[in-house]
Amino acid sequence: MRVLRVLLRKEFLQIRRDVVILRMLFIMPVIQLIVLANAATFEVKQSRVWVVDQDHSEVSAALVQRLVGSGRFAVAGRSPSHAEADEALMSRGADVILAIPDGFARDIARVRRASVQLAFNAEDGAQAGVASSYASAVIGDYGAELSADLRPTLASADPGRKLPVPGQPRLEVQRRFWYNPTLDYHRYMVPGILVQLVTIVGTIMTALNIVREKEAGTLEQLNVTPIGRATFITAKLLPLWMIAMLQLTVGIIAARLLFGVPLEGPILLVYLAAALYLVAALGLGLWISVVVDTQQQALFVAFALMMVYILMSGLFTPIRSMPDWAQWLAQINPLMHFIALMRAVMLKGAGFMDVLPRLGALFASGLVIMSLAVRQYHKGAA
Amino acid sequence: MNQALVALRSFIWKEIRHILRDRQTLVILLALPIAQVTLFGFALRTDVRDIRLVYVEQQPDAATAELRTRFERNGRFTLIPANPASGSIAAAFRAGKADVALVIAPGLAEGIRTGRVAQMQVIADASDPNTGSTMQAHVLAAITAWQRDLGGRGSGVVIEPRIRMRFNPTLESVNLFVPGLIALILTIVTALMTAISLSREKERGTLEILLVSPLHPWQIIVGKVAPYMILAFINVVSVLVAAWLVFGVPFRGSLALLLAGSTLYALVGLSLGVLIAASTRTQLAAMLAALGGTMLPSTLLSGMIFPINSMPAPLQLVSNIVPARWFVEISRGVMLKGAGFPELWLQFAVLAGMFAAMMSLAIRKFSVRLD
Repeated sequence: MRVLRVLLRKEFLQIRRDVVILRMLFIMPVIQLIVLANAATFEVKQSRVWVVDQDHSEVSAALVQRLVGSGRFAVAGRSPSHAEADEALMSRGADVILAIPDGFARDIARVRRASVQLAFNAEDGAQAGVASSYASAVIGDYGAELSADLRPTLASADPGRKLPVPGQPRLEVQRRFWYNPTLDYHRYMVPGILVQLVTIVGTIMTALNIVREKEAGTLEQLNVTPIGRATFITAKLLPLWMIAMLQLTVGIIAARLLFGVPLEGPILLVYLAAALYLVAALGLGLWISVVVDTQQQALFVAFALMMVYILMSGLFTPIRSMPDWAQWLAQINPLMHFIALMRAVMLKGAGFMDVLPRLGALFASGLVIMSLAVRQYHKGAA
Repeated sequence: MNQALVALRSFIWKEIRHILRDRQTLVILLALPIAQVTLFGFALRTDVRDIRLVYVEQQPDAATAELRTRFERNGRFTLIPANPASGSIAAAFRAGKADVALVIAPGLAEGIRTGRVAQMQVIADASDPNTGSTMQAHVLAAITAWQRDLGGRGSGVVIEPRIRMRFNPTLESVNLFVPGLIALILTIVTALMTAISLSREKERGTLEILLVSPLHPWQIIVGKVAPYMILAFINVVSVLVAAWLVFGVPFRGSLALLLAGSTLYALVGLSLGVLIAASTRTQLAAMLAALGGTMLPSTLLSGMIFPINSMPAPLQLVSNIVPARWFVEISRGVMLKGAGFPELWLQFAVLAGMFAAMMSLAIRKFSVRLD
């Protein structure tokens, strides 16, 4: 026990002496949080629409007005021909072409049915899909409004009251967005980014820390001392575990102050999950340090692993959009469970029972990874 | 001059032998890109697949049963039974077992028969805003379709939007991500590997030996960079073949233009790697700088995953100095849109400018004596 205490003191001294690392540990997270949270967004902003109005009527002008008035669209340009519009779409001068054919107003007046064409730049399919549902909604509303105008007897008789017409179902559908009523992307991304920050410290710092001693030859010196394997590993990992927890705290405070991300659920649950998760993250770092010889290799392996780990964790793209085999693979990814848990607890106020399966998965993966890594670690091997 | 070329050739051979000798790294460099494209191509998706819908009838009747059947037959929805209490919806959302809830107020059938307004509520778990609103839109569309079928011919005006999705009609995210992945892979091979290889020689002191040799700094740099250029080219071709064979990513433009763009981008990456190696002292510092300075911006600020239009203005400005951003525009333009040089000259010009600027800076840094 005394040995452990001395070793721990040595580790803390070493970390404290390294100004660069300390700075990296506490300033980097805030910077990363700011950059990542702002960059990592699928939010659909205003689309630039190119108008090809061949009808030149009041009705067609009003339709364009409606689209712009919704705030979702801005007119990027107009042309009488399709050729120019196509060019704009190709060179990214516009995101969507709205083509209103000749006779649009006439058709509405005569047969009450007309069509317009919307051609989206669908390179990014998800964005184009969302923008097209906005456009359809605006155009649909405009049609409904025109119906009211064309029925002056009904509309002006009593504008406040809607007359029941038997056989004509009228549904009033309300839309609700729970947990994120303003559809703010920061709220969704920030809890996940916090997890990623903790992962970088937990895994890469651990791997580098041990490999550095290997490279410097001081690990061999430690190995010939009577210090036991368990004591050595504990002394190496405990300080990093504590730093990561501290970093999480800095991150949660920054998330609250900078982005107004709520913490709906119990904070203890977040720390419990982090404590469990870090065992897996540190274990991975330890395992990397065992299998490689140089810091360069360590960083390389760590980075390759982290890339798979992070991109497949549901941080950026939803797990449920992945094919089934990838979803199964994600189940053994502790990062995925921790991110899902953080989002549930911070945004939805999930309690202990809601996330119990996730906690179980975190515990199990920590146990498996750590014991594999410890078993691989031989004093003689280095 | 002739002598300089001979010297250069033997120097390049030495570098190639260095790389060939390190089998492990070589295999990783050749196999990793293909593995990455396959893995991420399959897994990085944003398409909405099935929607788990909590269907709450506060007072079941013929109409609610009919609507339920429509949802069941739709194929896109998985219905989750729930009791009418709104607390059970929250519980399902919290445990991550449902995506959307549809709550139908009592009297739907009655309302339809008499023409009175019937009310319902579509609640989305919007903690993921995009997925939440997309799923909600699907539920609304299904309800609207049902309503239309019920109403028969209405007297209202119908403006039908005919929507065409250009360049990616099926809206598949693979088509978006794979051209972007090429940028990421090229960055790893070029910038990261050159930075490491050069800074290793620097750390070991062998670079000083090279610098006092009759070789010019530019010869050293060309010799160091040429083998990685070949590797990068092999990677581009293998990734393109994988994208085409495995994912059927469309290939509408000219292959020559894309290869030219890739070569130019690889040159930018290599010069960035040289510059990083020239301005850092240790291998570790070079690697951290390469990771932080190239990998993260290439993933996050290039538009590869996240649309640049969605970012706040300052970040959009910053994205202009990220080389990957310009290359992603080239690769998407050529592959998806069939764009030619007239549409893409700006991107080519920017990349060429970056290459010239970084390379001359790097050569100047190396010409000065080390420390």
